[in-house]
Amino acid sequence: MTKSKKDGVLHKKISRRQLLKMTGIGAAGLAIGATGIGGILSTIGKDWIAEDEAPPAKNSVNFYGDHQAGISTPSQTHIYFVALDVVVKTKSELQQLFKDWTPLATKMMRGEIIGTASTDMIPPKDTGEALGLDAQNLSLTFGVGESLFKKINLGDKKPTQLKKLPHFPKDQLVEAYSNGDICIQACADDPQVAFHAIRNLVRAASGRVTLKWSQAGFNAIAKKDGHSQTPRNLFAFKDGTENPRAKEDLNKVVWVQHGESKPWMTGGTYLIARRIQMHLETWDRTALDEQEATFGRHRNSGAPLGKDGEYDAMEIERKDEDGHLIVPNTSHVFLAKSVKARLLRRSYSYVSGVVDSTGTHDAGLLFISFQKDPQQFIDIQNSLGRLDKMNEYITHRGSAMFACFPGVRKGSYIGETLFSTL
Amino acid sequence: MKSKSILATILLAGTILTAACGNSDDTKKEETTPKTAVENKKSDKALDKEVAAYKAFAIDQLDKFTVSTEDFVKAVKAGDIEKAKDIYPTARMYFERSEPIAESFGDLDPRIDARLADIKDAGQGAEDWSGYHKIEYGLWVDQTTKGYEKIADQLLADTKELRARVETVEVTPKLMVNGAVDLLNEVSTSKISGEEEIYSHTDLYDFKANIEGAEKIFTILQPSIKKTDAALATKLTDKFKNVNDLLAKYETKDGGYVSYKKLTKDDTNALSNAVDQLGEPLAQMGIILE
Repeated sequence: MTKSKKDGVLHKKISRRQLLKMTGIGAAGLAIGATGIGGILSTIGKDWIAEDEAPPAKNSVNFYGDHQAGISTPSQTHIYFVALDVVVKTKSELQQLFKDWTPLATKMMRGEIIGTASTDMIPPKDTGEALGLDAQNLSLTFGVGESLFKKINLGDKKPTQLKKLPHFPKDQLVEAYSNGDICIQACADDPQVAFHAIRNLVRAASGRVTLKWSQAGFNAIAKKDGHSQTPRNLFAFKDGTENPRAKEDLNKVVWVQHGESKPWMTGGTYLIARRIQMHLETWDRTALDEQEATFGRHRNSGAPLGKDGEYDAMEIERKDEDGHLIVPNTSHVFLAKSVKARLLRRSYSYVSGVVDSTGTHDAGLLFISFQKDPQQFIDIQNSLGRLDKMNEYITHRGSAMFACFPGVRKGSYIGETLFSTL
Repeated sequence: MKSKSILATILLAGTILTAACGNSDDTKKEETTPKTAVENKKSDKALDKEVAAYKAFAIDQLDKFTVSTEDFVKAVKAGDIEKAKDIYPTARMYFERSEPIAESFGDLDPRIDARLADIKDAGQGAEDWSGYHKIEYGLWVDQTTKGYEKIADQLLADTKELRARVETVEVTPKLMVNGAVDLLNEVSTSKISGEEEIYSHTDLYDFKANIEGAEKIFTILQPSIKKTDAALATKLTDKFKNVNDLLAKYETKDGGYVSYKKLTKDDTNALSNAVDQLGEPLAQMGIILE
């Protein structure tokens, strides 16, 4: 591990343009030789260089910021989500793990390889399957689960909000797709880039974490007039229309504000993942009218029932001439809207072969939502309860909750606020 | 549910394609390590003692393998099923320990050690099958030695030929380093899944022997590893102990191992993880070949 750390800081390459900017040398200084650079570097000091901003890489998402990437940043077309269990036993070992992951994450999000081995006689540092591809808007999002706090003594850092979700009606959860001590969400516009990121992070953590469960997923994001459209799930309905997008809205719904949770979570958020099996065969023999009554929206436009535009107000109390609700009170959207709570949905579809016992598609939704308090999700899920018409077509198989750290400042590392003595 | 498999297949296919196409317009920086000459005479010379020590170990193992196989063949031909079953797993351990060497004979290795699945993969039928695993089938499934006498004779002849030809193998430090990793890969791909000994379920014997084979190579190379990277040597010592401690949980009173069928998913998961954790640093032993 010492080697990869070294690569992260000391071997960080800086561009000639940056160097000129730093040293105030104009065009005349272009003739600086290798020795000259070395001399300048040693006078500036390596820490300063590590924090210097590199020019934005092609198709890349910024790693640094107030919040982690992969939450309010635009959805990519692919996800590889992994839940890990820790093998490490102490706080300092855990802290070191996140420190070691940080330079790997920044490099991969810039589309760079994570390092080069000293000799061909040992395996390459980077597994290499992303060579030839740019960053593909890779985002890496890290979080910790409730179980982590049972295994590692982190004092009184466990937020009260971070706990097992209650049992919801019709839950058929299997442990093989639930929980975990740490989660990493890798999203990218290429499935191999997303998997490469997880593979290399897990490999770098050999002996320190084990794989608990993982799920690959995809989203078709259609473009209209250059604008990304809301992705459709495998039932062909748009998913995420009501997402908060404006900063103020995000602060209300997604980002933990000062005093709302443990101090280390300020700027962070809670991630809920549900592996929801969708029974495509039953859905496909359901009339369109019934499908739309199940969601409470029109399939093609995504508009609320009885309206035209996707973003038109839902207004669930609307009634027709006979005094019947236009949006049925058993529809998914009616029940979800019956409570005040809101979420940021960032789900992906999955297909995983054939269900052994039924010979049907093993397909569904890796539902992922972000909210400043898991209670928002619990309220909505409880409202859906047994009434939701959707229950006929879906089965919740996996469930997990993670506390996602706030963003990373330059010079800092992933999860620093959890480890620092605030 | 059959999960993960689809993605894995897609990814694998993608990787193969990428590898096959070559990368002329990579936007990513390629690894820039200069190609070291495959035969590095200087380091080879420096490790002469180690190479000799390993060759002596392999020859000793294959000596013992020949003796045990002789006993095994005798029991089979005498129709003593119980005795043959008794000798079977321990005799094979000598072979498994020295597999990096034994494997270098592409013709002999399958004749001695092929599983029926390997034969079928090669487009051959059960009639082409010979060696230990065929007799394993006789002992545990057919529950007879009748009709297996010729196979037993052939096994002994092949074993003796292997022993004789080992003298000619050119052992190099590279063979040792790669051999150690290969031994672990053997464990990860066939022993941990119970696919090596599908009739006798004595996979843990092979497991242990593969680990011992890798550990022997580490022990021999340890001084030079220490010189290059002391932390790596310590880590390897720890990780070998980790695997061995875990395996010790499955030892029986007579010094053997429990049947693979007794292992739960959690057991195999823990063993597999311990092997993977050992594999990462083991692959770093190549730094002494610089």
